[in-house]
Amino acid sequence: MIWAVLLPFIMAMFIPFVDKWRERIHTGFFVTIIPILIFIYFARFLGTGFEPLTRSYSWIPSLDINMVFHLDGLSLLFVLLISGIGALVAFYSIYYLDKSEQLGHFYVYFLLFMGSMLGVVLSDNVFVLYSFWEFTSLSSFLLIGFWNFKKESRYGALKSMLITVFGGLSLLGALVFMTVLTDTTSIQEMISQKQLILNSEYFPLILALLLLGAFTKSAQFPFHIWLPDAMEAPTPVSAYLHSATMVKAGIYLVARYSPMLSSSDWFFIIVSSVGIVTLCWGSYMAVRQVDLKGILAFSTISQLGMIMAMLGFGTKVAVFAAVFHILNHATFKGSLFMVAGIVDHETGTRDIRKLGGLMTYLPITATLAIFGTFSMAGVPLPFLNGFYSKELFFDASLHLEDIANAGFIGVLKTALPYLAVFGSIFTFVYSMYFFFGTFRGKANLSELPKKPHEAPVGMLVSPIILVLGVILIGLFPGMVNEPFIAHAASAVKGLAVSKEVYFWHGFLYPPLIMSITVLVFGTVLYLSRKQWAPVYRAIPGVLSMNKVYDGLVDRLETYSSRVTKAYMNGSIGRYVRLVLAAILIVTFAFMALTGGFTVDLSNVAPLSLPEIFVAITMVIAAVSTILTNNRITAILILGVVGYGLSMLFVLFRAPDLALTQLIVETVTVALFLLVFYHLPKLRKKEEAASTRFLNLVISIGFGAMMTMVAISAHSSKFFESISSYFLENSYKLGGGDNVVNVILVDFRGLDTLFEIVVLGIAAMAIYGLIKLPGKKEDQ
Amino acid sequence: MTRTNDIILRTTTTLIAFILLGFSAYLFFAGHNAPGGGFIGGLMTSAAIVLMYMAYGIKSMEKILPINFRHVIPVGLLIAALTGVGGLLFDQPFLTQTFAYFQLPILGKTELATALLFDLGVYLAVVGVTMTIILTIANDRGEEEGV
Repeated sequence: MIWAVLLPFIMAMFIPFVDKWRERIHTGFFVTIIPILIFIYFARFLGTGFEPLTRSYSWIPSLDINMVFHLDGLSLLFVLLISGIGALVAFYSIYYLDKSEQLGHFYVYFLLFMGSMLGVVLSDNVFVLYSFWEFTSLSSFLLIGFWNFKKESRYGALKSMLITVFGGLSLLGALVFMTVLTDTTSIQEMISQKQLILNSEYFPLILALLLLGAFTKSAQFPFHIWLPDAMEAPTPVSAYLHSATMVKAGIYLVARYSPMLSSSDWFFIIVSSVGIVTLCWGSYMAVRQVDLKGILAFSTISQLGMIMAMLGFGTKVAVFAAVFHILNHATFKGSLFMVAGIVDHETGTRDIRKLGGLMTYLPITATLAIFGTFSMAGVPLPFLNGFYSKELFFDASLHLEDIANAGFIGVLKTALPYLAVFGSIFTFVYSMYFFFGTFRGKANLSELPKKPHEAPVGMLVSPIILVLGVILIGLFPGMVNEPFIAHAASAVKGLAVSKEVYFWHGFLYPPLIMSITVLVFGTVLYLSRKQWAPVYRAIPGVLSMNKVYDGLVDRLETYSSRVTKAYMNGSIGRYVRLVLAAILIVTFAFMALTGGFTVDLSNVAPLSLPEIFVAITMVIAAVSTILTNNRITAILILGVVGYGLSMLFVLFRAPDLALTQLIVETVTVALFLLVFYHLPKLRKKEEAASTRFLNLVISIGFGAMMTMVAISAHSSKFFESISSYFLENSYKLGGGDNVVNVILVDFRGLDTLFEIVVLGIAAMAIYGLIKLPGKKEDQ
Repeated sequence: MTRTNDIILRTTTTLIAFILLGFSAYLFFAGHNAPGGGFIGGLMTSAAIVLMYMAYGIKSMEKILPINFRHVIPVGLLIAALTGVGGLLFDQPFLTQTFAYFQLPILGKTELATALLFDLGVYLAVVGVTMTIILTIANDRGEEEGV
């Protein structure tokens, strides 16, 4: 089974090589073989006697992260969808994409996506699942931005990336929580220990994070906004990713975890209401679109909402209908995207306002579109599979006996059938709009960039196969029912689910009445759409999530740049203030919290008169450096401080230090004089009074802080000093009486070695600075 | 800056520089047992050389003392580092110093320590560094003003 997942990745490595022969043979032919092989491999498992099976391959055993693949009914459904529609889309793309396109890139991304999608639906290990999950986000980002010279493509790709990766990361959070709680990384084992998770105090958080991941990926309200913008991708990509596979990854996740989560009321409330809101909003917004792919994008959103709502219901009928609709939606939506691609390819535009009357020019395409759109609308005809799942959906919304009646749940339960009908009416309207707007009416050939004619046969093959699927499932629903759908539904529900699907239940069957209501109201609304079109000007304006997204991204950028600019203003003075203030606050806070400030005067030596005299001289000199306006004066006065220091060294009996300090001070003063001789006169910088006050506070505070630290350090000695060792052993071990020097060259010679290295580097740096020719404009 | 006949400076420099160099040598050798050592010795030597530069000017100094001080730095660093490596040859940790007493012909009983070699490295490095910095900066001004 691992080869089935790895095959697309391996093939993706070879695509750049076979792409070299594209003049003779279109790269797409090589790609088409892969999903066909995978499809055949997995199709063998179909049948009534299907048993789940697991294959395990080591990856990181020490972290319990292994390539564990679990094939049950749900995975099988998805695997067959991914490989089957993948094959059709790959074949379709051969005729859709010209040889002048970057085919190598396209098919590499395509195969990466297919492989990671297979990985998502087959993985049993949560971390492997997450890896593949992010891989789908990445590869779909690349596919959406395939025509990266278009601004809209880049915008759409970025938007989908930001939203899906946001969801992906929350999913990771949920998966980590569950792994920690159950101490296993296997999904199946997690589900078998579901009480641990359901009773945990983190359960609301886990549910929220998991659903956030699923909702963003599956374009549920309010995260649906990336899907319409992802329509900038080439049409095969839209057909594959944004109708059949990637957008169903979130559905898959919810379905996969529903044996665990569906016993929670919150799961019912959130998933059902988000699903039903998405259904209504998506179908309402689809009617407003003027781009064929825009209509289909919102239609996908709304259909996904419907599936999500059914998974939220969690009853046997609902789960069965959800799984059934996943299959049905993939067939008719895939074919419709291909139809939209053909129309675009043959007329040069997707704008429905310019299109019309194409039936005579594109008769086969129009026929395919009839089946697709009518099945999507759920028109009660025995050869349209969309009707069955829609009727089951109505049925499910009416029969929620398992769910308690209390409070909000009760209200939601009562409202669900009405909302379902409401959403379905608009579904009907946009389906009719899609078909009649494109193919009926008067052809306006002067508006079209190309003269329309029927598409090449190769382009028609894939939609024909999909529409045949629509019709066959419509005519013989039992064919896919027992060997296929029932297994998937059982995997979602956690117990055996099977349901007979009939076309005819009698006139008084409530779901049929609902369907007929949809039909009647839908027709009326479609015919009168010009009259109520102004409604659209009022409602999406406020509720447009795009505005929220754009505003959010915009504001994040402005505010973060404003924050950065607020403290990173390039003034070194400010950075020094910030650094010192931070040190000041942290040190004071630490001292205050730990009671670190102690004064212990027992160990203080008596002051002598010369020391006091030298100290006072130094203080006076230090203060005058601040007050002087002349650089040279400041340097000379600073020299006084230095010589005073060496005096102190003498007084404290450190002859080596005194000598060194004396010479170093002299050299420094001389160097300062050498350098500053060339600098312009010191100008007093005019600073605001508040800044100067702040400077004063910080410098006084810092001085006070250092004083307090020094006093505390002196007052609290925790260990005996080690200096007695040096005094005793200086002559014995080092052979010298000058303890300072013995420490410098013998006991602690390494420090000295690197200090002279520092000096050497400084000398080299000065030489380099002065001698190397700089840029002309610097001088 | 006009050149004046600074004969007094030059004459005294000859004497003082000699004393200074001698004093710096003393400081260097005395370091192990009395105040002094490579660092101070090096600084003092540099002071003497700087004094000579001030008295005689760059051109004549380059003839008298044809040393490129930039080369002195790595030599000093190398000596200091190699004394450290020396310890390794005798299966001792890096920078192990040792000392012994020898009976030398003129000086009598004398202590010779490897630490002195290390100090020699320090000494040379300090002389090199100080002179490089001062000469570089001073020359820079000279180029502009044509001294």
